[in-house]
Amino acid sequence: MPVVASSLNPAASRAHTGGHGSHPREPVDSEYLWTLNFGPQHPATHTTLRLVLTLDGERIVKAEPDIGYLHSGFEKLGEDLDFNQYVTIVDRMNYISPLANEIAWHHTVEKLLDIKITPRCTYLRTILAELMRLHDHLLCIGAVALDLGAFTAFLYFFQQRELIYDIVEYASGQRFHTSYTRVGGVMFDVNTAWADKVRNFSKGFPKIHSEVDRLLTRNRIFVDRVKGVGVLSREDAINMGCSGPIARASGVVRDLRKDEPYLAYADLDFKVAASKGGDCYARYLVRMQEMLESIKIIDQAIENIPDGPVNVDLEGKSVLPAKPAVYRSIEGLIHHFEMVMPNRGFKVPVEEIYASTESPNGELGFYIVADGEPRAYRARCRPPSFIHFATFQHIMPGYMLSDVPAVLGSLNIIAAELDR
Amino acid sequence: MDFAALNEHLGGVLKSEAFRDNNRVIVPANRLEELMSHLKHVGGFDFLSDVTCVDYLEYPGATDRFGVVYVLVNTATRERLIVKTFVNDPAPKLPSMYSLWKTADWTEREVYDLFGIHFTGHPNLQRILCPPEFESHALRKDYPLKGRGERHNFPVITRAES
Repeated sequence: MPVVASSLNPAASRAHTGGHGSHPREPVDSEYLWTLNFGPQHPATHTTLRLVLTLDGERIVKAEPDIGYLHSGFEKLGEDLDFNQYVTIVDRMNYISPLANEIAWHHTVEKLLDIKITPRCTYLRTILAELMRLHDHLLCIGAVALDLGAFTAFLYFFQQRELIYDIVEYASGQRFHTSYTRVGGVMFDVNTAWADKVRNFSKGFPKIHSEVDRLLTRNRIFVDRVKGVGVLSREDAINMGCSGPIARASGVVRDLRKDEPYLAYADLDFKVAASKGGDCYARYLVRMQEMLESIKIIDQAIENIPDGPVNVDLEGKSVLPAKPAVYRSIEGLIHHFEMVMPNRGFKVPVEEIYASTESPNGELGFYIVADGEPRAYRARCRPPSFIHFATFQHIMPGYMLSDVPAVLGSLNIIAAELDR
Repeated sequence: MDFAALNEHLGGVLKSEAFRDNNRVIVPANRLEELMSHLKHVGGFDFLSDVTCVDYLEYPGATDRFGVVYVLVNTATRERLIVKTFVNDPAPKLPSMYSLWKTADWTEREVYDLFGIHFTGHPNLQRILCPPEFESHALRKDYPLKGRGERHNFPVITRAES
């Protein structure tokens, strides 16, 4: 293979090797460009996805993502399971913040069935959604730092994730795949001890946050690896459908919590973090700031959480009854039985609906088509990771091979959500 | 978006539907490109949130087989609009929206992969989630849930051969 000096501009290199002229031959490229398989198993991909990188020396000429390794037909399963059962599958989409998916799914279902959840449930879900935002951002920033060689920040943040796991476990009985939400409410109500746990967490969190902030934000090694890397312009971010922190880091100030307020966000005071940089550093800064805003939301919501029932009125028989009622009374048992039997349960319109929430990763929407049965006829998920990963091939050319982990990490690609 | 003005611009071929807070516009497939271009350049819908498809094979009262759904957002006014069009067997085909919104790149590939709808003008219309040798379209309603027979036919490579 002839050795050609690596050049900043691939087109210029092609001229050296005689690709231009009266006989333009494209395959000449392959004489000095080489192909690297990044993944499907690679520590920096974190999950199973593959990148086919065409390299000029260490400079990326073309990056082609190859996905589908974790495709497991979630949307097909959504056509078979009913509205409450499917929550267990939705959990497993973005498993970094499972409750955010559950809330998005049941938000859409409740809109379809025209169920208005109780004020207590609204606040409870708001707190959980914000905890999940912290959960996701903590891992995302921790993993970016880890991939770029900063191990301490990862451990500091992961310890905070453990506390969130504890809070979630206390409420739902499960650390990870909680399946906590139900149509019209949640599985169990929370108590004051849970509220104290949340208060303790939100009191201790800013200290850890500022420690990591001091570790990373002005750290020369970290900043050199992320600043000016993976720049996504404002126009591209809109045109490519970016949402969430990635769009906001590119100057698209779009937050569904403000634009289309759902849950209790209209009552709470918080700011939307945004930046104009569009690079990995801006995405890091936006996520760091969003975590502080989430703590603000949690603080307000936990103090103002209303009393009263957590599930909607059972008279309409539109939600599953509480577990103690099922186990200890015949009425509860019959009610439960009627809900889960086919041809009973929900009164579903023959309609279709799209609704979305601001998940930690961006706009997480569901498009449900209902045909009158208590299950979805079509349960489409609009996964933010999938849309964001499509930008990778446009962002990457021109950057170095060592920038791949930084960009992958800052786009926060979760392969289970990517492939569903 | 003022529906009456939009419909007048397209010559009265549109239908409008509303459900809860969703506003839908239904357009014949041959006018889709014109409508989308108008929505982007005049209506200010600069953000294509999602492209998806529904197979209406067993849907009560449905007359067309596939409904392709585009979810649009105007990032300045925060307005949302859902555009829907219908295509039918054999060889369902639609113009690609890649030239207007790059979001259409992977989302249209996914619709092609799982429903078998061709998007003409798409730069790289290949399967994205299923392997290239896969022949069915898994989210069609006539494809069984368990997909019997599909996986047995996959070639098995033993460790010794690899």
